[in-house]
Formats: sequence, C-alpha cells, structure tokens
Amino acid sequence: MKYSVNKTGYYGNFGGAYIPELLYPNVKNLEENYMKIINSASFQKEFLALLKDYVGRPSPLYYSKRLSDKYHINLYLKREDLNHTGSHKINNTIGQILIAKHLGKKRIIAETGAGQHGVATATVCAREGLDCIIFMGETDVLRQKPNVEKMQMLGATVVPVKSGNKTLKDATNEAIRDWINHPSETHYIIGSVVGPHPYPDMVTQFQSVISEEIKKQLEEQTGSENPDTIIACVGGGSNAIGAFYHYLEDENVKLIAVEADGLGLETGETAATIAIGKPGIIHGSKTMLMQTDDGQIVEPYSISAGLDYPGIGPIHAHLFETDRVEFIRATDDEALKAALELTQMEGIIPALETAHALAALKKIKFKKGETVVINISGRGDKDMETYRNYLAKINEKPSEERLFIGMYSVPTSNIHGADTNVNGLFVP
Amino acid sequence: MNRINQLFKDKQNSILSIYFTAGHPEMGTTKLIIEELEKNEVDMIEIGIPFSDPLADGPVIQQSSQKALENGMTLKKLLAEIKDIRHKVKIPLLLMGYFNTVFQYGVEAFCSDIKSIGIDGVILPDMPIKVYEAKYQKIFEKYGIIPVFLITPETSEERIRKIDKLSKGFIYMVSSSSTTGIKNKLDEKSIVYFKRIKEMNLKNQLIAGFGISNKETFDEICKYANGGIIGSAFVKAIETGENLLSQIKRFIATIKY
Ligand SMILES: Cc1ncc(COP(=O)(O)O)c(C=O)c1O
Repeated sequence: MKYSVNKTGYYGNFGGAYIPELLYPNVKNLEENYMKIINSASFQKEFLALLKDYVGRPSPLYYSKRLSDKYHINLYLKREDLNHTGSHKINNTIGQILIAKHLGKKRIIAETGAGQHGVATATVCAREGLDCIIFMGETDVLRQKPNVEKMQMLGATVVPVKSGNKTLKDATNEAIRDWINHPSETHYIIGSVVGPHPYPDMVTQFQSVISEEIKKQLEEQTGSENPDTIIACVGGGSNAIGAFYHYLEDENVKLIAVEADGLGLETGETAATIAIGKPGIIHGSKTMLMQTDDGQIVEPYSISAGLDYPGIGPIHAHLFETDRVEFIRATDDEALKAALELTQMEGIIPALETAHALAALKKIKFKKGETVVINISGRGDKDMETYRNYLAKINEKPSEERLFIGMYSVPTSNIHGADTNVNGLFVP
Repeated sequence: MNRINQLFKDKQNSILSIYFTAGHPEMGTTKLIIEELEKNEVDMIEIGIPFSDPLADGPVIQQSSQKALENGMTLKKLLAEIKDIRHKVKIPLLLMGYFNTVFQYGVEAFCSDIKSIGIDGVILPDMPIKVYEAKYQKIFEKYGIIPVFLITPETSEERIRKIDKLSKGFIYMVSSSSTTGIKNKLDEKSIVYFKRIKEMNLKNQLIAGFGISNKETFDEICKYANGGIIGSAFVKAIETGENLLSQIKRFIATIKY
C-alpha cells in the first residue's frame, strides 16, 4: 500500500526508531515478532472474539438526523464512545496485551493523557492478571480524576509525573525511562500511533478496525461504502488513522484531521503540531514536532488532555506532506461549543477530544447533501468537570445561550426556555 | 591524531572522564568547569548539550538540563562560549546530547563548527546506528569527528561486534540497564557483564558510564574497562554553584585519592 510503513520503518521521510541503545533489544524484539504474532491464527481468533464479546464491536454507525438537517449534509457518527471503557483506545490495548502475552511479558506500563488509554490498559491488565503501571502527568491527574479512580480500582498503579508541563509528553518520557530500567519483563503499551517503529504501524493495524466497519456499515445503510468526507480529531493520531485507514487509497474520499488549537495559534497556547511544527525527533520517531529553533520541544496547550501533545504520529506527518489528509484546527472554545451542540441535539456527550472533530462541522464548506462520517472517538464522562465549569461560565453571560443554559441548569423554572429548546432556536 | 586516540595511546587504565551539563548551574560556567577539570587532571570531558526531554537520563541530569534551559542555554550559545577553549585546554572534549538539537542545528554545520572549535567526539545516544551509516558517517569522517556508540547488558554479541567495527575511538559501556543516576555500588549482574565484554577482546577501548559515582565504583569499573565516566554525581556536587572551583577540586580529589 502506498501509505504503509516501508521495510525500514519509515513513512516517506518520517518514522524510524530514534532510540537509545538501552531500548534497542526490546524494540527490535517487537519489530521482529509483531507481524508474525498478529498474523497467527491463534492471535486473530482471540483478538476478534475479544473485540466482539468484550469491547462490544462492531460499534454502531449512527445517522444523526438533526445535525444532518442543520448542516445540510448526511452525517454519520461512528460510535467508538460506546466501546467498553468509553473510547477507541481499547482496540489497541486488546491487541497489545495479546502481543505482550505472546512475548512472555509480565509487567505492563503505559502513558496516558486523558486517562482513556490508561483505563483501557488497566482494563486489559485486570483481565489478564498482569501488573500495570500507568504514568500520567500531574496536571492530567487533576483534570481527569474519574479516570484515575477507575485505573486504581482496576488494580493499576498510577504514577503522577512531575517533570516538564506535567502532561502527556512528560508521562511518555517517564514511561520510556521505566522501560529502560525494566527491560526484560516489561511491555510498554503505547497509546497512539507514536513512538519508535514498529509502534505506529502496530497501533494503526489495531485501530484500522474502525474504517473496516465504517465501510461495511455505510454500504448497508447507504448502498455505497465510501462517504465523501471523514473527520477525526488528532492527538497522536490513533483514532484518526483508524477511521482513515481503509480509505487511504480511495483518493476521492476526503480525509480531515482536526488538531487542538488551544487558545489559538497566534497566542502560542496551542497543540496544533502540523500547523506550527517542523520535522524533528520525539519519543523515538522522526515526525512533525512543536519545537524551538534550538530543537527544544515546546510545551503544548489544549483544554483536552488527550490532544495536549507536541508531536503527531509519523504516518500523519507523511499524510500531511503528501496532501492525502487535510489538517485543520479547532480552539478550546470551538470544541466546547461543539460538545454542547452534540449533547443537546443528539443526546450524546462526547469526549473533549472528540469535540474538536465535531467543531469541524462549522469550519468546512460541505457540498449540499454530501455524506460525512465523524469519528466519535470517546465519551465525555471524564470531562464532566470541564463541561460543568464551561456551563457555569456561559450561564453568567446574558445572551441567547444563557436562556437555554438557564433552562438546562434549573429545568423546572423556565417553561419558556424549554420552548426555545424545542423550537431549535438555540445555536451553540 | 585525534586527541581521543592520542589519549588512549598514552593511557589504558583508570581514565577518568567527567560529564556535566552546559549552562548548569549557571550561564558562563561551562568554560570555567572545563578548565578546572583539566587542572585537576581529569583525562577527558563530556559536555552535555541540554535538552528538554532527556529520555535516557535520571532525575539529576534531567534537572540540570531543565535548569540550563531556564538559564537560557542553547547549542549556539554553548559553542560560542567554548569557541576559544583550545587556547588553554589540551584534553579530549566531547559533546553529548540528544539527536534533535543537532538535527535542528544541521548535522553538517554542527560537525563543521565543532571541528573548528576543537571538539573531538560526539555522543548522541538516540541517533540510530543505521541512520548514522546511511546519512551521517561521511560527514563525521569528513570533519574528523569521532562518534561514540553505547552498549548495554542487553546488547547482543553480534551487535557489539558491529559497534566495535564502526567505532573509531572508544565504546561507551553502559554499566547496567538503567537511566543515568547515582549508584554507590555496582551489582553482581553488572560485574558478570563487564567480564563478558572484557573477554570479547574488542579493538576499541571501553569506557563505562551510568551509575559510576564515587571512588569505589570508579576503581571497581577500572578493573574491567579502561576507564569510567562520572556524570550525575559530579553534576550534583556542583549544583549549588557556590565555590564552584573548589567544589570541582574537592570532588575530583575524592575520586582520585
Ligand atoms: C476520546 C479520545 N479521543 C482522541 C484521543 C487522542 O488520541 P489519538 O489522536 O491517538 O486518537 C484521546 C486520547 O486520550 C481520547 O481519549
């Protein structure tokens, strides 16, 4: 395939394994074995059975009538939020835990930002009875508390990381250091299509089930397996590549990746790697990277812990360079508005990460009636505190929004407000 | 002859090499530290290029790196500060850091600039050997810069032989499977590994590092290797920045005597 990884672990100019010698034997071992394991009948049988009976796949492809009407398109939502543990992350951890078992590893480590990957990892470790240590930036421990509590209940040790910005990048650094210090018994379950080869390719393969299902489901529902456009958010890029993968060769399917723009590019408080990054090396792979002229990695910012990362998977750097995927950005504010819109028009509370993909609805000029798929990468339970604060903030503002939100927070007090809602006057 | 090769020609035992992070504890100390180390008869120096995300380093060097960056250190400023270092200093000097800073500087520009300063070698633990061979070996050789590669207890014999072939100065023998840091004792497993490597009769000299922290660990390692590199323990000893020169003198004395 044109966009697949090549024999030396590169996607065009990006990828590779830029790792200290201390990690070489483990990464080499993985590289030499991952395809053999994945292609074995026993792995396939177990993997597919778990995706079906444990994760709950296939995840539904849901036609969103109200948003379709609003934007004059045919909008389908790929419901990864309905997976066990609430996001796409479990597709990858199921795959990797089976790999770890085949490699005879007894101790599992992982990094996490939003906590979704941490929960998905702790979950599969509980199921296999393996030791699980999750590295999480201290900032994220605070802003994604429900997930921390879940990981702990699942039996994982959550290590708050205090270095750097105390977010996803720093958690990843610490996980890598742990792997250096425990090379023989440990497998590192990376949570996105980042890291040294073969991780980006391995995680891509496990997430590709998303687009495999979209093809079938769209065919069933519309008679054609190809939509006009697919939209997904990108942090490292695993849900996006999962949703794009089986469409990469169909060049007439438009693929749009949405990066987190924080407070906006011009403020510098952003996590939009493609927009302001340059080629560099992060976490063992050559990719686009937010960095200074001196080659120091810049601390990103996004309200969404899962997108708050200064790099991006090397396959996305390649898809950007070859113009196969269009990269756009959504700010904190645009994402919050979009989250509220989906919640109140479809009754689905999305993860803050996913909200960035939804924000694209307002940013893209669609052809009237075109078929659009948005990947709903996760659900918003973990983000309730952020949403609550946001709702409280807009409640203070005298505006049309306030009327609606007033109704939301005090349901019985304003029958008029309820009318406003029913008539669809509210425009987030 | 490159100063590294000259050193190993003249001396095969108890080679004492010191690592420190440029820009730590303060800006403007890099040159002073180098000169003072030479005055105290250190054999070789690794000058650390600070990096925001030092993956192979433990807490002490991480913090020194962070402090150096907060102090405003960059690779360009580092090279400017040591521009005239060869007016005084004769011992081999290496730069050690992570590949991204060198990659952003431009590998050829880097080799050319450090050559003109009189830097002898470079240690970039996350520069893959394959990439070095395919893209950078010609450049390093053109400027006579010696690249130093690492081996660890987990490195296969086949790969050690390959690294031995590729190396032109010395092999950096990482003492145990760990990030950098302070250790008071070398464990049994490390000793078995040192013996195994010694018996391989490699063509390159062996300098051990990571966890070499005091006289005891330095003397122990010198039974198996040609010398040792002390990093974290030295960085820690000078971290307050007070009485810098006498701290350096005192620290080196504790290793030597
Ligand atoms: C729900 C959800 N979506 C998206 C992401 C971003 O990761 P990726 O870009 O790898 O899909 C995360 C990461 O934590 C997440 O939890």
